[in-house]
Amino acid sequence: MSHTHTPVLVVEKLGKRVDMPEGQLEILSDIDLSIFSGESIAIVGPSGSGKSTLLGILAGLDIPTSGRVLLNGEDFFRLDEDGRARQRGALIGFVFQSFQLLPSLTALENVMLPLELNDLPHPVETATDVLQRVGLGARLQHYPRQLSGGEQQRVAIARAFAPKPKLLLADEPTGNLDSRTGGQVIDLLFELNKERQTTLVLVTHDDNLARRCSRRVVMTSGQMSEHA
Amino acid sequence: MSANLALAMRLLRREWRAGELRVLLFALVIAVASVTSVSFFTDRVYQALLSQASDLMGGDLVVSSDHALAPDYAAQAITRQLQAVETRTFPSMVLGPKGAQLAMLKAVQTGFPLRGTLRVTDAPFAPDRVADGIPKLGTVWVEPRVITALGVKTGDTVTLGAKTFTVAAVLTGEPGRGGDMFNIAPRVLLNLDDLAATQLVQPASRVGFALLLAGPAPIIADYRLMVEAKAERGVSAQGVQDARPEIRVALDRAGRFLSIAALSSVILAGVAIALAARRFARRHLDSSAVMRCLGASQQTIARIYAYQMLVLGVAGSLLGCLLGYFAHLALVAALGSLVGVDLPAPSFLPAGVAFTTGIATLIGFAMPPLLQLKNVPALRVLRRELGALGAPGKLTYGLGLSVLAGLMFWQAGDVKLGAYVVGGTLVALILLVLIALGMVSALRVLRGRPGSSWRFGLTNIARRSAGSVVQVVAFGLGIMALMLLTVLRGELLDEWQKTLPEDTPNRFLINIQPAQIDELKKFFADNGVKAPDFYPMIRARLEAINDKIVNTTTLQDERARRLAEREFNLSWADTLPKDNRIVEGKWWSPPDYNKPLLSIEEGIAKTLGINQGDRLTYSVAGEKFTGEVASVRAVEWDSFRANFFVMGAPGFLNNFPATYMTSFYLNGDRHQLLNDLLQRYPNVTVIDVAVIMAQVRSIVDRVTMAVEYVFLFTLAAGLVVLYAGIQATQDERLLENAILRTLGGSRRQIMQALAAEFGALGALAGLMATALAAILAYVLATQVLNVPYHISPILWILGVLGGTLGVGMAGVLGSRHVVSQPPLATLRRVTA
Repeated sequence: MSHTHTPVLVVEKLGKRVDMPEGQLEILSDIDLSIFSGESIAIVGPSGSGKSTLLGILAGLDIPTSGRVLLNGEDFFRLDEDGRARQRGALIGFVFQSFQLLPSLTALENVMLPLELNDLPHPVETATDVLQRVGLGARLQHYPRQLSGGEQQRVAIARAFAPKPKLLLADEPTGNLDSRTGGQVIDLLFELNKERQTTLVLVTHDDNLARRCSRRVVMTSGQMSEHA
Repeated sequence: MSANLALAMRLLRREWRAGELRVLLFALVIAVASVTSVSFFTDRVYQALLSQASDLMGGDLVVSSDHALAPDYAAQAITRQLQAVETRTFPSMVLGPKGAQLAMLKAVQTGFPLRGTLRVTDAPFAPDRVADGIPKLGTVWVEPRVITALGVKTGDTVTLGAKTFTVAAVLTGEPGRGGDMFNIAPRVLLNLDDLAATQLVQPASRVGFALLLAGPAPIIADYRLMVEAKAERGVSAQGVQDARPEIRVALDRAGRFLSIAALSSVILAGVAIALAARRFARRHLDSSAVMRCLGASQQTIARIYAYQMLVLGVAGSLLGCLLGYFAHLALVAALGSLVGVDLPAPSFLPAGVAFTTGIATLIGFAMPPLLQLKNVPALRVLRRELGALGAPGKLTYGLGLSVLAGLMFWQAGDVKLGAYVVGGTLVALILLVLIALGMVSALRVLRGRPGSSWRFGLTNIARRSAGSVVQVVAFGLGIMALMLLTVLRGELLDEWQKTLPEDTPNRFLINIQPAQIDELKKFFADNGVKAPDFYPMIRARLEAINDKIVNTTTLQDERARRLAEREFNLSWADTLPKDNRIVEGKWWSPPDYNKPLLSIEEGIAKTLGINQGDRLTYSVAGEKFTGEVASVRAVEWDSFRANFFVMGAPGFLNNFPATYMTSFYLNGDRHQLLNDLLQRYPNVTVIDVAVIMAQVRSIVDRVTMAVEYVFLFTLAAGLVVLYAGIQATQDERLLENAILRTLGGSRRQIMQALAAEFGALGALAGLMATALAAILAYVLATQVLNVPYHISPILWILGVLGGTLGVGMAGVLGSRHVVSQPPLATLRRVTA
């Protein structure tokens, strides 16, 4: 996989501690990581190792207690919450384990939502194109409850790619799917990533999935080590 | 901003299509429709009562003056397209073939009276009829006492000043008659165009000038403001509410009954909308987190929801107003003949009240949780437990509660009534929250123990503590409002009706000499009339308050000036008359007899600025005496019993010359008895209050009917509360029951658990609501409506049983689909 030498995301000395009744708990410590444009990187590790917390911080959804994150060269946490939301809207796409589609919106409207929120042009046409690309051209007017799990995740992938993000974050994207459907969803994710030159960061338990990425980092008790 | 608005509208349209807004909009529309129909109906009934009461005054407004009114008053009436007629009233002697009689002359213009009718007959106390117009030129209509005193009959002549008139009819009914019940000479009615020829009106004559007006209520109110703004010396405007104390009191009370009925529907509407709004907010937690994740700023989310609520509020409230308006038209059509009068065109104030109730309650209750939504952390997309909405009852609902409280005050239109209902509702709310919390923690002991599905249902209440508290409070307030209305339409209206039983005295006899009392008692006994009580009356004029001479010219208030200028009827009694209540000081006991003590009615005390402990100096036929105000009394004027503004302690006033008065009930067909009585005792004056009493009775009847029908409409709002209350925990229940079914729970077990849970919630809510409604009803009955109230045991049965069964059954029925859905579908949907 080709990628340039401009880092999209730089993580420096990142730490996260939380107060617990029995004292402070260190969830992440001294994480350093640079992710380059066009790369695909898997964050693996056992439950409770801090993968999802790291992903939450990379997305600006959670705040670190130390260190910094540079997104496209800009210190993410020097922005306020609304500033980070704007950056997310402009640069980041998401795929969640639990899909997170809005139940009151159809497949098409769910995909249109980030385009509309960020005031991007032609939301209907763009959303229709992406849904057709993920094979749901015939399901545009279906509500999430009328779709299977795999279909819902494909809508979520379409929603993530629709605003053409630079960085795509995926949290256990196959966690709620059977292995066959999961495989199809992953194929789709990698195809789109390649087509659209997106940088992909995914958190997973699945070694097969991790092996398809260009890089693999392992989280163990809040510490990161990189495997080739 | 416009991008946000457009997006908000697109999202709203999509949510509507997906069915997300149905509960909220349904609650809003029904609640607003209920308030609209109830307010429209009560407003129109009240307007009808006012206009009917205007019949007693001859117009909607009477401008009176002690000098000729400037032409501007009539000109202003013409400009406003009001109907207007003038009258002049003054005392004068009427001369007949057998002597003279002091009479109160009234000269009237064609068109008099503008409201109500004149009634005449050919011989005293014979059946009468509605008169055709006013006395023709050269004729007079006279009251029976003139006929008796002068020994004339219709067709004979009498002389007024320089002109001789033919007695064309005996006057039996006249609007505006008896404004001052005990201070009247018999009436002689003549045509205003004849007045000059009598030459009776001279520069020094004491003539009362009046301009009677009739027209639409807002224009009349505007005209009245104009008169009051002029503040011309000696000129005053009297509306129907200031006219007769009986009617004023009855109308006030009618207004309060109708207000309480309307307030009940506002409470229910508020609860229904608050519940639906809370559910809406909870269902949008995830959407908010996702939108934050997709780049929406807090401000964007706040704006989106604010626009949505505004549009939803306006649309729902408008729809509710329309529905309520048509519902009230149907009610009016159904009740038209029963109400018995043509209801005046509706004013659009009720729609304004209902519209504001809808929007303000929606925004008041929906915005605090929705504004919380903007604070939902985007991390919720990864960790669902974050950003759950706070429990109810926290300060976030302060806005909603304040808005509702303000609306209730507005709707009450009376500070005292508003304070009691708003205060009562707030206390009820706090108590319901505390009791619900108590129940939740009491039921916690059942958690973790194995047991039947009934026990499982009860522990559900403890596990879903926030939802359970919301449900107890909502059901409790809803049932309380309905119970309050039940008491209002039952016991309280009955008590009011009881204050005017069929045999309430409808004739007063005044000017009875002490020596005639025994003879009169015998006369009544011989004629089978219930022997009445006789009360002494002393005519006295107020000279000084706390030794300071009363100078009527310095009194600002026109009513105070009138009261201070005229002679009062003082009386005395050893026991506090029925329908009187001491509000300040204490009534005298035997040791106080013969002491110079007085008791004064609270209204007149307030007008003249008299307090307990003040010293009042009166003059009776030139002789002065001074007494101290020992007590202030509230008097139920609409009871039609003999009542007095000022009373003295027994023994204190006994040495002053007194006449006596009595009151008795006379059946409508016994006119001859009055003829006989007047012929035997020509000095006695009969005052007929049957017309006024009929008016008060019709007010009570119409209010009863209005409250009865309003109850049905309010029930609709009650059902919405029930529906929205059950929906409040439906989402959690859906997942829980799917898991139970997956684990092998039978349909029967789940239904039993549901019945136990909702039955217990309903029983507690019903019990609390009944207790609170009974207390609130007692306070309103004694402090606002002034009727006695005894808590009926049936109310408890109705409240507790109704609460348990109503909520229990509705809960089970409303949650049936939870059980009938395939568990996998539910699990997939809820966990997705």
